[in-house]
Amino acid sequence: MSQVIHHDEHYDAEGSKIGMWLFIFTELLLFGGLFIIYSVYRFSNQDAFHLAAEELNRTVGTINTIILLVSSMTIAMSTSALQKKQKKTTLALLGVTLLLGLVFLVNKYFEWGTKFEHGIFPGSQYMLDHLSQGEILFFGLYFVMTGLHALHIIVGMVVIGFAYAGVRSGRVNADRAALLENSGLYWHLVDLIWIFLFPLFYLIH
Amino acid sequence: MQASSHIPHDVSYLDYKGKHKGLLAWILSTDHKRIALLYMFSMMTLFLVGVLLGLAMKLELIAPGKTIMGAQDYNAVFTVHGVIMIFMIVVPGLPAVFGNFLLPIMIGAKDVAFPKLNLFSWYVYIAGAILVIISVLFGDGSPDTGWTFYAPYSFKTGTNMLPAIFGAFVLGFSSILTGLNFIVTIHRLRAPGMSWTKMPLFPWTIYGTAWIQLLATPVVGITLVLVSLERIFGIGVFDPALGGDPILYQHLFWIYSHPAVYIMILPAMGAISEVIPTFSQKHIFGYKAIVASTLAIAFVGYFVWGHHMFTSGMSGTAQYTFSILTFLVAIPSAIKVFNWISTMYKGSISLETPFYWAASFIFVFMIGGLSGLVLGALATDVYVHDTAFVVAHFHFIVFGGVGFAFFAAIHYWFPKMFGRMYDTTWANVGWIVFFIGFLALYSPMFYLGLQGMPRRYYDYLEQFHAANILSTLGSWVMTFGLAIVLINLFRSAKSGPIAGANPWNGKTLEWTVPSPPPVENFEEIPVYGEKDGPYEY
Ligand code: HEM
Ligand SMILES: [Cu+2]
Repeated sequence: MSQVIHHDEHYDAEGSKIGMWLFIFTELLLFGGLFIIYSVYRFSNQDAFHLAAEELNRTVGTINTIILLVSSMTIAMSTSALQKKQKKTTLALLGVTLLLGLVFLVNKYFEWGTKFEHGIFPGSQYMLDHLSQGEILFFGLYFVMTGLHALHIIVGMVVIGFAYAGVRSGRVNADRAALLENSGLYWHLVDLIWIFLFPLFYLIH
Repeated sequence: MQASSHIPHDVSYLDYKGKHKGLLAWILSTDHKRIALLYMFSMMTLFLVGVLLGLAMKLELIAPGKTIMGAQDYNAVFTVHGVIMIFMIVVPGLPAVFGNFLLPIMIGAKDVAFPKLNLFSWYVYIAGAILVIISVLFGDGSPDTGWTFYAPYSFKTGTNMLPAIFGAFVLGFSSILTGLNFIVTIHRLRAPGMSWTKMPLFPWTIYGTAWIQLLATPVVGITLVLVSLERIFGIGVFDPALGGDPILYQHLFWIYSHPAVYIMILPAMGAISEVIPTFSQKHIFGYKAIVASTLAIAFVGYFVWGHHMFTSGMSGTAQYTFSILTFLVAIPSAIKVFNWISTMYKGSISLETPFYWAASFIFVFMIGGLSGLVLGALATDVYVHDTAFVVAHFHFIVFGGVGFAFFAAIHYWFPKMFGRMYDTTWANVGWIVFFIGFLALYSPMFYLGLQGMPRRYYDYLEQFHAANILSTLGSWVMTFGLAIVLINLFRSAKSGPIAGANPWNGKTLEWTVPSPPPVENFEEIPVYGEKDGPYEY
């Protein structure tokens, strides 16, 4: 004799967007801690940071910056394409975004590789013997911050992968676009953090 | 993933039979009420481990010299005790248990905004707990740095630090997800007509807490990642040998961990703000002042972390700035005490168990808070820093504050959660034994600290003996009281007399639904009219 009520699965696009923004706040604070450390040590080791920054390859850095900016554009375009119900275009744009993410990582891999070959990595004897403490700190932070950022790129790509699968199967569509929009937001965040990392490590002298 | 479902409204969340059976029906359930109980039972287990470790320390301190363990074991015991109690019990405690259970009901919602994420947070919590346990059981010795993981010792010591540090990181992640979920829930799912100023106070404090969880935890997260990387790779940021600065670690740690003490205490204050009006049968005095002081605490709490580091090396300017700010943050807490007392004034007070716990909460919380001012003042802090005085202070606050509020809350909402009433005589006996034991356990530590007994040592001078004996005896009495309380609750959850929907004549929404609540909480989403409010007696 049980009385039955009917309920629809709760779907709140606005709510999930607020949730994503809040999560983005936490990510900014996570990197915020690192930016504080960076500024403290930059302040106390100005010359050493200057010297160490010369070692980084600006060309690769610039290329990677452009890659990320373009990928931010493609993912934003994919959202608009989904709104216009152009499924194929959406998928293609997401594919391009993923590809750009991958290229970024490959570049990063070679960049780090060259550093390692020159004996520049945390805990290396070469650094202890030849570099000043300030330079060691610079490279320590360089590896931590770009490494953590690369990790975020990977996470972002996984999330975009889910969005891709969702769009393909039709679960993510013009009316239920939250997953895609949130992956876009996340990807912009990853991009934004790089926009700060790039000048801090490569450009300021 | 069903698009829609049929859930009977006359079946309680405890009896509901869904897709899964037995234990699976619990650990796969996305019902906020079941998740709350999952948290409660996991925390209860971990809490008992923490209590045993506390008892072991007190037994060691019953006499000078080695009694049951040596220095290294004592270091390990206070570290694991602290990690469990802080990161697994008091930080997540009230939000994860009572926030989960009651927040949706109190604001008139069927569940939290993201039920799956909610269940996921519990798994993350368990993963963090397991990591910490691994650090104790495996590797070269249990962590021995204290729960603060101070650099440089945390990356120099030979003990098994990495799983413990990573465990704390993972627990923080769980806390962030819970906070995020609650913020969105409160913004999106309040019942129609329930404006911000009509929201009950417990949800309000959960809201303030959720923001701190969200904004402070990432900072400790990155800090813990950095000490781990320091330990594995030697990146240099905290290692003086490589140019890093260990004091920077302390700053980053306390930038989180001071706000974290408000993560602990705010929901406790919220629970007390529900209990007092119900048992005084009177509108809460100064609703707006309580809300404002909640937000003020959450805000000012960010800027006082330096008071943990007065003796670590700081400029004079930094010292007195932090000191003044610390005094400021005490004001909103005091405002709340006045509000609670004024609520009782001329109310028709009924002396039930939750009220006893709430009243004793106010008492111990005040002692804890006032001793905090002694620590926040520069001249006196230099004298009592790192002594037993500090241990007394934070136990009066975290255990006296959060612990007593937790017990007030469980005795208040127990009939709602389980649909049964507990034995009030035993509950009151348990409370008084516990309260006496508590005072005997921690008050002597104020005296010991003032006399100069340092904390975190397994040994002490003969002159401290008498007070330490009293304190150890207190730990036994208190544990006895705890046992009475818990056994009474466990027995009553199974076989206590059936409780009605509203045994205390409470006015907030959770008392309008059956006890225990049905799966979907409300048959119809309630609507708040012009005249409705949470405390209209
Ligand atoms: C039966 C219950 C308890 C007993 C007997 C107890 C006893 C103790 C003792 C003896 C110490 C070490 C003092 C020293 O530094 O030498 C300690 C430290 C501590 N306790 Fe408890 N405690 C209990 C419950 C709690 C609870 C509920 C909490 C959390 C709210 C808590 C949080 C802490 C913390 C954070 C420390 C500091 C650990 C450190 O210094 O690293 N304790 N406790
Ligand atoms: Cu503090």
